[in-house]
Amino acid sequence: MSWFKRKTKGITTTTEEKKDTPRGLWYKSPTGKIVDTEELEKNFYVSPEDGYHVRIGSREYFEILFDDNKFKELDANLESKDPLKFVDTKKYPDRLKAAQEKTKLKDAVRCAVGKSKGKDLVVACMDFAFIGGSMGSVVGEKIARAADYSLKNKIPLLVISKSGGARMMEAALSLMQLAKTSVKLAQLADAGIPYISLCTDPTTGGTTASFAMLGDINIAEPGALIGFAGPRIVRDTTGKELPEGFQTSEFLLEHGFLDFITHRKDLKDKINQYLDLILNQPLRA
Amino acid sequence: MEYLEFELPIKELEDQLQKCKVIGEESDVDVTETCAQIEKKLKVTQKEIYKNLTPWQRVQLSRHPDRPYTLDHIRAICGTSFLELHGDRSFKDDKAMIGGLGKVGDQSFMFIGQQKGYNTKTRQYRNFGMANPEGYRKALRLMKSAEKFGIPVVTLLDTPGAYPGLEAEERGQGEAIARNILEMTRLKVPIITIVVGEGASGGALGIGVGDRVLMLENTWYSVISPESCSSILWRSWEYKEQAAEALKLTAADMKKLKLVDEIIKEPLGGAHRDREKTFTAVSNAIVKSYEELKNLSPKDLVSQRMEKYAQMGVVKG
Repeated sequence: MSWFKRKTKGITTTTEEKKDTPRGLWYKSPTGKIVDTEELEKNFYVSPEDGYHVRIGSREYFEILFDDNKFKELDANLESKDPLKFVDTKKYPDRLKAAQEKTKLKDAVRCAVGKSKGKDLVVACMDFAFIGGSMGSVVGEKIARAADYSLKNKIPLLVISKSGGARMMEAALSLMQLAKTSVKLAQLADAGIPYISLCTDPTTGGTTASFAMLGDINIAEPGALIGFAGPRIVRDTTGKELPEGFQTSEFLLEHGFLDFITHRKDLKDKINQYLDLILNQPLRA
Repeated sequence: MEYLEFELPIKELEDQLQKCKVIGEESDVDVTETCAQIEKKLKVTQKEIYKNLTPWQRVQLSRHPDRPYTLDHIRAICGTSFLELHGDRSFKDDKAMIGGLGKVGDQSFMFIGQQKGYNTKTRQYRNFGMANPEGYRKALRLMKSAEKFGIPVVTLLDTPGAYPGLEAEERGQGEAIARNILEMTRLKVPIITIVVGEGASGGALGIGVGDRVLMLENTWYSVISPESCSSILWRSWEYKEQAAEALKLTAADMKKLKLVDEIIKEPLGGAHRDREKTFTAVSNAIVKSYEELKNLSPKDLVSQRMEKYAQMGVVKG
């Protein structure tokens, strides 16, 4: 005896008329927690239940760090060329074009200057969405120019790393960006201007072997993957099982390569607190 | 002597020549003309093969088992004056990264370089020329020591990459390389860098920032090995030849891109075919580079070096 009975015969809604949940309303974190996207945005793109830091890009970081989201973008129009005429399964210019259309970005880093808690700060922030945040000539040049801007105007520099490493399609030119960015960081260091490196998920390869590890302080978001060789390569080379938490922010802190780990909601405060302390300035509220 | 696959026609002719000579010695047959003919053919074949090497063939030559390694160069150039120095003063002595003081003529130099092994046992001992963080820190210690006493630095690059091991990551492989690169950009003594074998990525650049960067003719230098590039971009190991082509990793390409300053010619067939000639060429290159740099003030030296690296890269807009 059924207690539930369908009164009308069959379901008459046609497929076209069926209502779907609009895309992007919900976000599911890796541990399976479901968050309303609006709530996620309000919580600095961190899943409130499990603290998972969702990967975000320069747009979101600028919003988090600059007062009232006001900033001046530096060298916004710099774009990659194809000096090696690189072809693998795709031509490099086609890859660039596809990435630009998909992300609406010019390349894998954006640099800006603006007020953070009332004081000037230069921020260079990588975008992982653009060819894995890979560093080619443009990324190197923009970070170098951001450092130049810091140097010239005596403004502290923050670089937010989020990158798989050097960009293969520019081969040795990409490799030399490690040296180029290091030249500028050496000049900043000699001039006594603070440089902060923030490592976010993921920071690997060439970025780790250059500016990401060269801050006056190196800091990270919780749970980020940070390393020189990627975990798959380490496993394949050594044939060893990797310990739990290998190459996470917490692992790097434990081994002495980070000064601290900060939740994204505290990022702006922590950075400015450090700057006030190291520059011997009154602490901003 | 070991032969690479593309060298087999040469091996065949060399074997023929050998046999021909033996026949001449052991019998009364006059072989002078036959020998001369084979010799002539051998020379033509050698020229043909070695003048048209593909990038992948050069990669193979750079890894040739008979190729002279870093310590071979140093010992030949410095003779008994070479004094090897060990240790990073905080963890251990990395056998894949060697260093020490030696004379070229009357001038002392601090030599630093990755070292490979020449048989299974020594290859393992040298970790295949893949340094750990302590190797890079040892290199930096020696560079700083050279700077303190105004001794110029020569680095010899020959590595398939920095070691991608678990402990290497724990001890900060990325940080060690990054620190070296930064400190080398502002070291106050001349730095001469020579790629003598493989120049693979950050592992090479970690001792490779120099006022003069030179490459031996049959070496390669890039951001990744052709094999790894193939496996990542083509998702298969089969495309290493195309990858070698695409990466523009040969000495000639690197010079064209203005990423290295000069190419040191090798004897026909590669550095191992006439080691003495190779050592002399390397030694001369060191002397010549040092002559160009020795009268610069530390300030000019550093600012020129910084300017040089700041120029590298191609962008539009």
